[in-house]
Amino acid sequence: MIGDGAEDEEKWLAAGAAAFKQNAFYMQRAIDSNNLKDALKYSAQMLSELRTSKLSPHKYYDLYMRAFDELRKLEIFFMEETRRGCSVIELYELVQHAGNILPRLYLLCTAGSVYIKTKEAPAKEILKDLVEMCRGIQHPLRGLFLRSYLAQISRDKLPDIGSEYEGDADTVIDAVEFVLLNFTEMNKLWVRMQHQGPARDKERREKERSELRDLVGKNLHVLGQLEGVDLDMYRDIVLPRVLEQIVNCRDEIAQYYLMDCIIQVFPDDYHLQTLDVLLGACPQLQPSVDIMTVLSRLMERLSNYAALNAEVLPYFLQVEAFSKLNNAIGKVIEAQEEMPILSAVTLYSSLLKFTLHVHPDRLDYADQVLGSCIKQLSGKGKIDDTRATKEIVSLLSAPLEKYNDVVTALKLTNYPLVMEYLDNEAKRVMATVIIRSIMKNNTRIATAEKVEALLELIKGLINDLDEPQGPEVDEEDFEEEQNSVARLIHMLYNDDAEEMFKIINILKKHFLTGGPKRLKFTIPPLVVSALKLIRRLPVEGDNPFGKEASVSATKIFQFLNQIIEAVPNVPSPDLAFRLYLQCAEAANKCDEEPIAYEFFTQAYILYEEEISDSKAQVTALHLIIGTLQRMRVFGVENRDTLTHKATGYSAKLLKKPDQCRAVYACSHLFWLEDHDTIQDGERVLLCLKRALKIANSAQQMASTTRGSTGSVTLFIEILNKYLYFYEKRIPQITVESVESLIQLIKNEESITSDPSAESFFASTLRFMEFQKQKGGAIGDRYEEIKV
Amino acid sequence: MVLVLALGDLHVPHRAADLPPKFKSMLVPGKIQHIICTGNLCIKEIHDYLKTICPDLHIVRGEFDEDARYPENKTLTIGQFKLGLCHGHQVIPWGDLDSLAMLQRQLDVDILVTGHTHQFTAYKHEGGVVINPGSATGAYSSINQDVNPSFVLMDIDGLRVVVYVYELIDGEVKVDKIDFKKTSTTNSAP
Repeated sequence: MIGDGAEDEEKWLAAGAAAFKQNAFYMQRAIDSNNLKDALKYSAQMLSELRTSKLSPHKYYDLYMRAFDELRKLEIFFMEETRRGCSVIELYELVQHAGNILPRLYLLCTAGSVYIKTKEAPAKEILKDLVEMCRGIQHPLRGLFLRSYLAQISRDKLPDIGSEYEGDADTVIDAVEFVLLNFTEMNKLWVRMQHQGPARDKERREKERSELRDLVGKNLHVLGQLEGVDLDMYRDIVLPRVLEQIVNCRDEIAQYYLMDCIIQVFPDDYHLQTLDVLLGACPQLQPSVDIMTVLSRLMERLSNYAALNAEVLPYFLQVEAFSKLNNAIGKVIEAQEEMPILSAVTLYSSLLKFTLHVHPDRLDYADQVLGSCIKQLSGKGKIDDTRATKEIVSLLSAPLEKYNDVVTALKLTNYPLVMEYLDNEAKRVMATVIIRSIMKNNTRIATAEKVEALLELIKGLINDLDEPQGPEVDEEDFEEEQNSVARLIHMLYNDDAEEMFKIINILKKHFLTGGPKRLKFTIPPLVVSALKLIRRLPVEGDNPFGKEASVSATKIFQFLNQIIEAVPNVPSPDLAFRLYLQCAEAANKCDEEPIAYEFFTQAYILYEEEISDSKAQVTALHLIIGTLQRMRVFGVENRDTLTHKATGYSAKLLKKPDQCRAVYACSHLFWLEDHDTIQDGERVLLCLKRALKIANSAQQMASTTRGSTGSVTLFIEILNKYLYFYEKRIPQITVESVESLIQLIKNEESITSDPSAESFFASTLRFMEFQKQKGGAIGDRYEEIKV
Repeated sequence: MVLVLALGDLHVPHRAADLPPKFKSMLVPGKIQHIICTGNLCIKEIHDYLKTICPDLHIVRGEFDEDARYPENKTLTIGQFKLGLCHGHQVIPWGDLDSLAMLQRQLDVDILVTGHTHQFTAYKHEGGVVINPGSATGAYSSINQDVNPSFVLMDIDGLRVVVYVYELIDGEVKVDKIDFKKTSTTNSAP
């Protein structure tokens, strides 16, 4: 076949098929005329085509199938002949007169099939004869197909339990012996193929062998289907014989395929009961066999078995499945020194999944597996293989998926040790997996200890680690990672204030050393956790320990100061500014005047030194005024200083309209409904007047610079504020001042035409009318305004 | 019947991990025609999530929002109603209804939606309605001590709007509704 091209093969096949067809035709004609002699002659000629060496297995199979079909017709003919009086023994004799051995044997098997059916002799004797006779063909390809034919036609004639062929002389043991013998011979032929021909064709030969493997495997399927092969027979006869053949044949392809076959074909509880025998064979296999996949598939099957049948779980314990598998894997890895890291890790990964399914409550088993894995990994240095890294990630993810609870995974002492073997990128990936698991399952991590352990696991995300030269993390990815860390913080929570305080201190320790880029993501949620903690503390007066308690509002405010002061340097001054104001409000609620004042001071400093963008200043000022307006804790002095600064900032904003709005907003700083001491009508009026002045100058500027008369909106806004305070009966806001402002607006409006300002004014007037209609004290108040 | 979802002050990830699962399962894509958001999302992820619920998304800027391009306030017309949207930290005193009413007059809208206080309110006055959908995640607020997650769904039908407020209290979603009718003569600036 050396050098034969595919077209040549097609030619041979075509030629062979043509000759075949011709002989088949004549055979059929002989059958139709009940001519046994001719039928035999032509069938032998027909079968001679199968003597060819020129076809590849694929094409040979084609020819074989045709022969199979024709032989069925012949078999029927034989059957009819015996009914017509021909002795089956004679028939059996007659077919052996065929000239060439291969056709002779095909005919013999066919006649043998009929012989068994007549039951004139015990099935086992005929089967024995046939399986021995087939030894006459030692050519691998031809022998395989011949024996395959024998297997096919004998299938329904095996003396299995309950079969019609079972008798005193024929038992299932005979059937088993027959199949085992056929199997053994077929395997030998199959293995021989490996060594046929020159070395350079090895690849092609192996491919061809692969195409034929199911012929050999079929025998095992048959054994699996025999009713009479129970656990005892399997354990005592079938398995040992099959394994013997597998080990002795010393062929890598056969060993891999057949081991896998055993695992797939025979029932799982058989495997469970014969685990040591099966596993014992593994180290005896050729070193090049992919035993890893075989064992993985075995463990997978057993896992599924356990998953679907809870009642068999005790058996697993009984046969000590776990320790046997663990030991077997250890032995295999030891025996194969060259085994790559990927294979070892995959084995442990499969074992771990097995353990999680079969013994979900045995954390010690899972930990053992991780421990064994670590032993294998140590001494191999850093792992370069990305697939191995992926496999380790898969290994570590399995407990998370199974337990749905990171806290349980944290109990596995070897877990963090395995993580050490991942490179930095993989550590980050793993950390993300862990966080995702927590968020998905809403897991609460409640103690400081567990938080510490968790942070250790996800340190890839929290720290720059020790590889500053590592590949640049993508900006977007980095943000996403950090945002997920931020979200995680809300899961770290304990109702007990002391424990919670410990937790936030641990977080602070890790975050402050995590590098500046992360602070703007990690500090805000930490601040919120701390603020929430303050709310849960008992009021200081009720606490017998007062300020000496391990957790107190004061301590937490100190904590807050420490973490926020790191933020502006990031640089994120706007963020720090906002956080300070949040803390000021919290201090206000706790009645801590000096602390609140300090927070305001920090915020003001940031405003003055760091917030220079005009738009940012406007927003910042809104926040200052808004927060300050809500403060009740300040004494007169402090309050004055802060409001004075605030009004100062307002007047210094760049754009006049912004100035105007900020200044009239400040008016609210001087009049608080619920606080008698902060009701200073003078200052309110001052603010409003100043706002008017600014609005005026804004108008003038607009007319000089642009020729237009600017917008009258600011005046209307100020009018609304006048009405606000007028309604509250502040004496300094007189009805005349309101009326003159209304007049001013009307004058401006007649000059300009600004539809939105017009509708604003219109709705303001409507509002005034409506208030008038209300009657009572308010109605009277508005009654007085002459429009 | 036009459904408008109003929500805001989620503060993800600074103050909350995500919307409550019970809310998420209610907010199904395709059912809502408009979303108006009072701001303080704070990150793009939330923006993208809201977009999947409804592509017509209107957002205004809260003081913690990452994206500085959101406007300070916005007006839009839905059916017969003019809506105004503003986060609310710009209106001082915070949460003061009279001051908010002034903003409403200034924007010339029937319905003003603001946030910032993390407290659901729906206030009717002669000029229209002021709605605060609260915080959809129940985020911490220095203004409001006791925050329950909440959002608002408005059903605008002709001259009538029904405001449904959904609040998550002790793990259960409670619904309340308020009716408003607009008289066609108000706010008709030429």
